[in-house]
Amino acid sequence: MNSLEFSFAGQHLYAMASGALWWPDQRLLCVSDLHLGKSERLVRRGGPALPPYDSRDTLDRLSADLDRTGAEQVVCLGDSFDDLDASKALEASEKLRITTLQAGRRWIWIEGNHDPGPIELGGTHLFEWACGVLTFRHIPQDDAQREVSGHFHPKAQLRVKGRAISRPAFLLNQDRLLMPAYGTYTGGLRSSDQALSDLMGSEAMAILTGPNPQLIPMPR
Amino acid sequence: MTQIPARIHHWFSAKGWSIHPHQQDMFDRAQDPATLLIAPTGGGKTMAGFLPSLAELSGGEQKGLHTIYVSPLKALAADIKRNLRTPVEDIGLPIRIEDRTGDTSATQKKRQRADPPHILLTTPESLALLTSYEDAPRMFEGVQRVIVDEIHALAESKRGDQLMLALARLQRLSPDLRRVGLSATVEDPEAIARFLARHPDPCQIIQADPGPDPDISMLQTQEMPPWSGGGAAYAIPAVLEQIRQHRTTLIFHNTRAQAEIFFRNLWLANDDDLPIGIHHGSLDRQQRERVEAAMVRGDLRAIVCTGSLDLGIDWGDVDLVIQIGAPKNVKRLVQRIGRANHRYNAPSKALLVPANRFEVVECVAALEAARAHELDGEPRGAGPRDVLCQHVLIAAAAGPFDADSLFTEMTSAGPYAHLSRHEFDACLEFCATGGYALRVYDRWQRLQQRPDGLWQLRDPRATQRIRMNLGTIQDTDTLKVRLRRNRGGKPLGEVEEAFAASLTPGDTFLIGGQIVRYEGLREMVVEVSRRADKKPKIATFSGTKFATSTQLSDRILRMFAQPDWPQLPRHTADWLTLQRKMSRLPRRDRLLIESFPNDGREHLCVYGFAGRNAQQTLGLLLTKRMEETGLAPLGFVATDYATLIWGLDAVTDPRPLFHIDALRNGLDTWLAGNAVMKRTFRASATIAGLIERNTGGQRKSGRQATFSSDILYDTLLKYDPDHLLMQITREEAMRGLVDFGRIEALIQRIGNRIDLLRLDRVSPLAAPLFLEVGKVPVKGAAEERLLAEESARLLQSAGLAAT
Repeated sequence: MNSLEFSFAGQHLYAMASGALWWPDQRLLCVSDLHLGKSERLVRRGGPALPPYDSRDTLDRLSADLDRTGAEQVVCLGDSFDDLDASKALEASEKLRITTLQAGRRWIWIEGNHDPGPIELGGTHLFEWACGVLTFRHIPQDDAQREVSGHFHPKAQLRVKGRAISRPAFLLNQDRLLMPAYGTYTGGLRSSDQALSDLMGSEAMAILTGPNPQLIPMPR
Repeated sequence: MTQIPARIHHWFSAKGWSIHPHQQDMFDRAQDPATLLIAPTGGGKTMAGFLPSLAELSGGEQKGLHTIYVSPLKALAADIKRNLRTPVEDIGLPIRIEDRTGDTSATQKKRQRADPPHILLTTPESLALLTSYEDAPRMFEGVQRVIVDEIHALAESKRGDQLMLALARLQRLSPDLRRVGLSATVEDPEAIARFLARHPDPCQIIQADPGPDPDISMLQTQEMPPWSGGGAAYAIPAVLEQIRQHRTTLIFHNTRAQAEIFFRNLWLANDDDLPIGIHHGSLDRQQRERVEAAMVRGDLRAIVCTGSLDLGIDWGDVDLVIQIGAPKNVKRLVQRIGRANHRYNAPSKALLVPANRFEVVECVAALEAARAHELDGEPRGAGPRDVLCQHVLIAAAAGPFDADSLFTEMTSAGPYAHLSRHEFDACLEFCATGGYALRVYDRWQRLQQRPDGLWQLRDPRATQRIRMNLGTIQDTDTLKVRLRRNRGGKPLGEVEEAFAASLTPGDTFLIGGQIVRYEGLREMVVEVSRRADKKPKIATFSGTKFATSTQLSDRILRMFAQPDWPQLPRHTADWLTLQRKMSRLPRRDRLLIESFPNDGREHLCVYGFAGRNAQQTLGLLLTKRMEETGLAPLGFVATDYATLIWGLDAVTDPRPLFHIDALRNGLDTWLAGNAVMKRTFRASATIAGLIERNTGGQRKSGRQATFSSDILYDTLLKYDPDHLLMQITREEAMRGLVDFGRIEALIQRIGNRIDLLRLDRVSPLAAPLFLEVGKVPVKGAAEERLLAEESARLLQSAGLAAT
């Protein structure tokens, strides 16, 4: 698994193959939109009965990224749980798993629109968090600067020799960095969507996730 | 031995008919527990099946149901009702005959359960549904005979397995039930007999006189067939000429899309305005019925059709059958030819029209096989367990059951005679809990064991859902097409959901021979308007793509070994000669592989002759092996005879690619994530009741169902790979869509005898593959390489240097 080094707000950051963000200077790993408990919520609301293994899968990948980087601080950038009930309904084994991952680390839960308010797991719960020069929050704010946010589940599509390749993607411009969704079973919004083109402006770049993350001008 | 009652005999004589020897044989054997009749179409097959019933019922003592007739088509049941009522009414027999299919009204159905007719004409699905009611024992207790028509067709699909499980249930309710099967000519009658009879009852096979050999040849045309494609547009003038020379012509196609295109081309050239109709399974029922009625009246000179006309409805005076495209399978060809000339003892006349150059070879091989009476077919595997799961639920819907006696009942069905108790228990467990990975959900806890040991539904309301989702036919996510009007316009037919998704308003496509304009999608109905000005897109109807049979492929390879080909048209013989000069012709005992550059890419052409599905799978497995060995494949395309792979690097040593263990391993890993496997899984999961298409009132859209079935599959693959449905999917994959069995046979046959030929350009035999549709891209290292190149190029052109 490779990662791509890039610079944002004067900081050296790494876009990891999995869609996590690694900030070596702060020993900080950031992941966004885990949507833990999504399958459970779908069933609760009468949707398709997907096997309840998505949470385990997401945590497996997070655990691997933590091992790989040796992160000392973790920021979960909102919508970590599919809703508040999902955090309560999480299986005991998965709660234990999260606790194990949290051991010996600073762990920040940023509030999302799916999971506002306190949740019964360890870690610090914040609406937003400033760390060094960067500000972490779930939904990007107008006129923000040096902001890292999630919420949109961005993805980017590239046509190469008649083949369309679509991947979850980081989007960035001078002022903001948008994180791809990290959770299993999360869909995506194309960077060419009006909402994202307006937000990111004409100079934006995209980093496609996948075995070898690639930097490209953001497809519009 | 009883005699045929005099009244019935007289009626035959009055009509100027005599009783055929096989009809008498069937009558004499009427007390046997099971009998199979093999007879050509028009041989009085149905009457042979019904004579004993008419005789037994002629006294008027029978109360309730006596005979159940099962046919694969609703239309056939309706047809038989007409044909059977004529003699019954003429002779004045006290017999009530009714049909019961998906089209029968609810009131009628209810009445039939309370007061069943003497003879019930139905389909496998409707019969299975009847067995799911609590009052089934009362309805079926006196039933004496069951007649399975067109059993050769039913035996080819899971509908047959379903029927045999339903018969096993009937037999338990009425132990004296006698079974009769009516079949067209097949290669292995014994197999059909074992399929039909209660295991281990014997089953006598009666062969009717097959009649004279058909008059069959290849259509002579001025134009040469093209290098590839399936349209056969070149043959339109010659086909029209044939229609003019005959009274009624049936023009068979292998796929619905081809039938639509051909029909349109035929009309464009139809200067005499000959009445020509079209008939296929995606057309609206009303449309089809209109064509059928016109056909019976003799108003049509030709019908362009697909397999939907394969079965034995009597279409009147057909005197010519034309098969467009290679028949792929000699047995089906022979059965189709039997559609012409229904008068017994007159030869049927048929013409084959190859759609492209390779099909010329295939058609000639099929002609030779048909003349030699060499029929083909794959041996039927054991009954699939997804159908078994459905029947466990059906049994539960009918009432509490004992596992031991259900096992005994189900293993009395021919297809399940060798089912082990362990396999049965796995199905029961699945129905009870959903299987390990799904046991946490209430929804799958469907059965529970009572203190007395019987199994019953946990929630009695589940019966309705079980009945609504009964059946094994996979209508692959089609949407209805209607003309846009104020209040629901005229229904035209159906298109595949995936095709509908590709349309934008203003696009035009062909359906039922007319060009329509896509207006929009409303409540799962494709709304269109009539339009005739633009060149249409072609709807991708889900006509089954048959693979060429092993026997026919072998015959083609034997033909390749000839020094020259006097039986082939000149252009085709020249083509093969050129291939022999430039490269080699494939042989049965060796595997020919050509490697050549073309258009800046490296190509590999593997002539496996394993049939379309197996060649497709071979493409998937080989590209996976190439990916592992760093050969950067980009994609492949498969036909019945070869797989063409292209990529960034040339293959110099093919042997490591063909290790059977590595390929089998590939089947377990790479192929596991493949769309074909997911499709197979979806079908089985739907049949076994894990995915419900109908959930009380609203029907899931195909895409919703695809979404959840794909995720289900991925998750089971990861966390519960031995889940019953994953086992079933792998079993299915070995035959059918994946057809790994044929790849294994190929590799065992050729062993180390692999010939890699390096050519400096495309060979004559490989050239048509470049024109094939259905190219499959490979996502792998080559994609990463392309992505990296493209990323660098984009950054460069944007004036940015990569960080």
